[in-house]
Amino acid sequence: MTATKAPTERPAKQGAVRRPGDRIFAGSAKGSGIFILVVLAGVAAFLISEAIPALTAPAEDIPGGEGLASYIGPLVLGTLLAAVIALVVATPLAVGIALFVTYYAPRRIAAALGYVIDLLAAIPSVVYGFWGLAVMAPALVPFHEWAAEHLSWLPFFAGPTSASGRTMLTVGLVLGVMILPIISAIAREVFSQAPALHREAALALGATRWEMIRMAVLPYGKSGVIAGAMLGLGRALGETMAVAIILSGGAGATVNLISSSNPSTIASNIALRFPEATGVGVNTLIASGLVLFVITLAVNMLARWIVNRRADFSGAN
Amino acid sequence: MKLSSKPRATALALALSGSLALAACGASNETDSGGTGSGSGEGAELSGNLVGAGASSQQSAMEAWQAGFQGEFPDVQFSYDPAGSGAGREQFIDGSADFAGSDAALDEEELTAAEERCAGGEIFELPNYISPIAVVYNLEGVDELNLTPETIAGIFSGAITTWNDPAIAADNPDATLPGTTITPVHRGDDSGTTENFTDYLHQAAGDVWTAEPDGVWPLQGGEAANGTSGVVEVVTSTDGAVTYADASRAGDLGVASVAVGEDFVAPSAEAAAAVVENSPAVEGRGEHDFAIEVNRVTEGSGEYPIVLVSYHIGCIGYDDQETADNVKAFMNYVISEDGQAAAAENAGNAEISDSLREQAQGAVDAITAAG
Amino acid sequence: MSTATRSASGTSAPQDTVRVERRLSRSATVGLYLAGIALGAGLSALTGFAVTSTVVYGVILGTLAVYVTSRAVEGRRKATDRLVTCLVTTAFGIAMVPLVSLVWTVLSKGLARLDGDFFGMSMFRIVGEGGGAYHAILGTVIITLLATAISVPIGLLTAIYLVEYGTGRLKRGITFFVDVMTGIPSIVAGLFAFALFTLLFGNDFRAGVMGAVALSVLMIPVVVRSCEEVLKLVPNELREASYALGVPKWRTVVKVVLPTAIAGLGTGVTLAIARVVGETAPLLITVGLITGTNLNPFDGRMATLPVFAFYQLTQPGTATQAFLDRAWTAALVLIILVMALNVVARLISRFFAPKTGR
Repeated sequence: MTATKAPTERPAKQGAVRRPGDRIFAGSAKGSGIFILVVLAGVAAFLISEAIPALTAPAEDIPGGEGLASYIGPLVLGTLLAAVIALVVATPLAVGIALFVTYYAPRRIAAALGYVIDLLAAIPSVVYGFWGLAVMAPALVPFHEWAAEHLSWLPFFAGPTSASGRTMLTVGLVLGVMILPIISAIAREVFSQAPALHREAALALGATRWEMIRMAVLPYGKSGVIAGAMLGLGRALGETMAVAIILSGGAGATVNLISSSNPSTIASNIALRFPEATGVGVNTLIASGLVLFVITLAVNMLARWIVNRRADFSGAN
Repeated sequence: MKLSSKPRATALALALSGSLALAACGASNETDSGGTGSGSGEGAELSGNLVGAGASSQQSAMEAWQAGFQGEFPDVQFSYDPAGSGAGREQFIDGSADFAGSDAALDEEELTAAEERCAGGEIFELPNYISPIAVVYNLEGVDELNLTPETIAGIFSGAITTWNDPAIAADNPDATLPGTTITPVHRGDDSGTTENFTDYLHQAAGDVWTAEPDGVWPLQGGEAANGTSGVVEVVTSTDGAVTYADASRAGDLGVASVAVGEDFVAPSAEAAAAVVENSPAVEGRGEHDFAIEVNRVTEGSGEYPIVLVSYHIGCIGYDDQETADNVKAFMNYVISEDGQAAAAENAGNAEISDSLREQAQGAVDAITAAG
Repeated sequence: MSTATRSASGTSAPQDTVRVERRLSRSATVGLYLAGIALGAGLSALTGFAVTSTVVYGVILGTLAVYVTSRAVEGRRKATDRLVTCLVTTAFGIAMVPLVSLVWTVLSKGLARLDGDFFGMSMFRIVGEGGGAYHAILGTVIITLLATAISVPIGLLTAIYLVEYGTGRLKRGITFFVDVMTGIPSIVAGLFAFALFTLLFGNDFRAGVMGAVALSVLMIPVVVRSCEEVLKLVPNELREASYALGVPKWRTVVKVVLPTAIAGLGTGVTLAIARVVGETAPLLITVGLITGTNLNPFDGRMATLPVFAFYQLTQPGTATQAFLDRAWTAALVLIILVMALNVVARLISRFFAPKTGR
């Protein structure tokens, strides 16, 4: 009975039978989605209500004494710098790793290799922080000096170099390592799901392995890679402890990546300053959190616009 | 597909039984020491909760106090959140903490709010944790260093850039100072240590150091690191670096002696306790409020002026008997010689002097329920 | 390779490639690569020998050697293929460097206290040396499981909605805001949970569940995003086949779509857990830190491994080494925990994955 009714309601596309179980399931799925929106609205409302006192406070009450914009400005720059370095370093590497694990590594050890990369995701950010401070920063000092010598015509490497290596560059690289497993795990998943028929057809036509990947795998996995990169970017923008431990921050706005005076990032600044903050200071920090929220919003809008210029290529549409 | 439900159920059962087995065995140090056997006769009377929150600078001292206190009163559930001084004061005022640990005394606004929170409208502030802040340096071949406040201010403001600067050499005629560049390292986080250090520079070297005291390092740029561990780590790994940190954490690094009057005084527990004892109280405070203004420009011999004073802030009158008894018992232990010695051993801070103890004892004795 | 003639340089006509099979043998490519590295070592020795420069020069030269030779012998297409192989393998190699370094650092510093006491004792009445993280390990496990129990159903259902049901503005809105949610700084999530619970239960309420909610705010978007990507990849043919057999949509989703994607879902959930298990700031604000054991997540403060490790590292007492040892061991245990979860997730996904030829 229901089967005869269904086609008249929803022709062709909705092939399945409609039952009470369907309505419950669909309802709970939709409900979960709406619930997430409610939670996010809650977070936004909380941020805005707590940030308002800082927005309305006179400039001299804001820490630093020069108003909200000059307090948050350098932090925004620092946040973006660190996240962009991380993304630029991690995305190509992650795609390479994902391809290696899915199509290049010997079949028998491929799963184990993927697992080994996942290990990177299992390491808590505090550990990344102390590793970055104790191992990565000193190891990068020679590179800092080399960059200052040969690349000083770029404003990013103007110098003078930091003696300890605890710079924006180091932080960006550590963040890159941190988001590597996130991007590569998702990229690996979508690459391995590329339709076998397409791949075999490409190979059968005489394509080399790389040509097969370029024609059958990469277009298929593109949206997944971008999604992974966005997840990684979110992590890099919001990363707190590792940046707080490694970065020698707190200076004004500068794009110089290799000196010991760096702008801090929003999240690490909140972590470092929040415990001892009082009064308007707390509101100012939460206002900076709101700004980070808005940045994430803007970044995601941009990414979505890029992805949507070409329609998603997925099995479900 | 039907088969799949069985292994799932097995896995769940396994996971459940595993967690139960874990839960059943318990922590070995808790099961045998707790209960009635080990506590002294007096201790068995107290129970319930005791909640503190605040400065993380006190954390390791608090561990020692907590261990000692719970040895005496095993039935009291004690917790201390090292969430930060500001958070601690806030939690005390809004009633979610019974007492606060704070690197700064309450300001006027907070004082009013705190008095409203307490039954009887009276609070106590006891300077129970005193820790000397050392100027710590890493310089090859220089084991002893004397610095005047002006020189310290010059180094940290960037006016003095090399170790063989005439200003440093003048105070260290016997040392062979290398021409190494000075890397001053400051705290990147908001901290009581920075506030006390900048307060010292502001008061003792006001001509060179023009910035106001602040928990956040007031100058732009320079090498910053997170927490005492962070600054010590950076100084340890960088030749020519200098920072300010709890004296107990200096380890193998050089510790500078600071000019006090005509002498140079090295940081020590005694010298730190001495300067606190001789510092004036903040005016206009209640009977049991021992907030002090540390005398940074002291000329007294054997006094070391760069100290961090961290307070315990609580009510003289609590709404219920249990809380009052617990706070009273805990503070009694903290200011006792045993308590101070235990903290000093674990945290390396300075023990409070007898006269400070006497003052504090008066406040602790006054703690009651519903005053 | 020495036998290859130079005549085949450049691209040959398509009909030739079918017939002409000039190939570099496997040993030849490896040999070329090694030669490049040896040259790199020589170059590095000119500027004062160092391992880093040897590896950097060597990898570049090795890649170049393989590419140029292959280009000369096998033609452009094969050469590009070899170049990509080199690059992809190098990418993997680069990722191994920080991994090995990290694991070595944590192992060398953390093994000192990886003993029975660490798993059997809490820090209750422990001053200075000794003690363990029994309380923190259980606290982390309980809070993380609770957060997973909150996030996975919500996240998975949302992903199902987005892929299977969602249409129009609501779908676009949810997808977009889930992405935005990934950018919430962890400390803000903590503050939000704290504000929410104090609003509901009063100022002095503290419980493990607060931390679980804070972690869920961070975890949900990761679950949704990774599950959504995986579900999207389930071929439509499977769904259509199921519908054609008269199976209702919800049963199609539960019995066909989810099992097909289970491996990816497992990875997604594991990633999400790994994302939050090391969080310090939100847990400190919400669940605090205690020295004893509390197994009830609905009442009272709990200790957790990251907070425990953080304070052992940053606020050590005079017996500094004991504190540092505990901190690194806590970090090591945290990693082992996540690895164990990872294994479990993989076993589960292998268990439930449909048997296919792939």
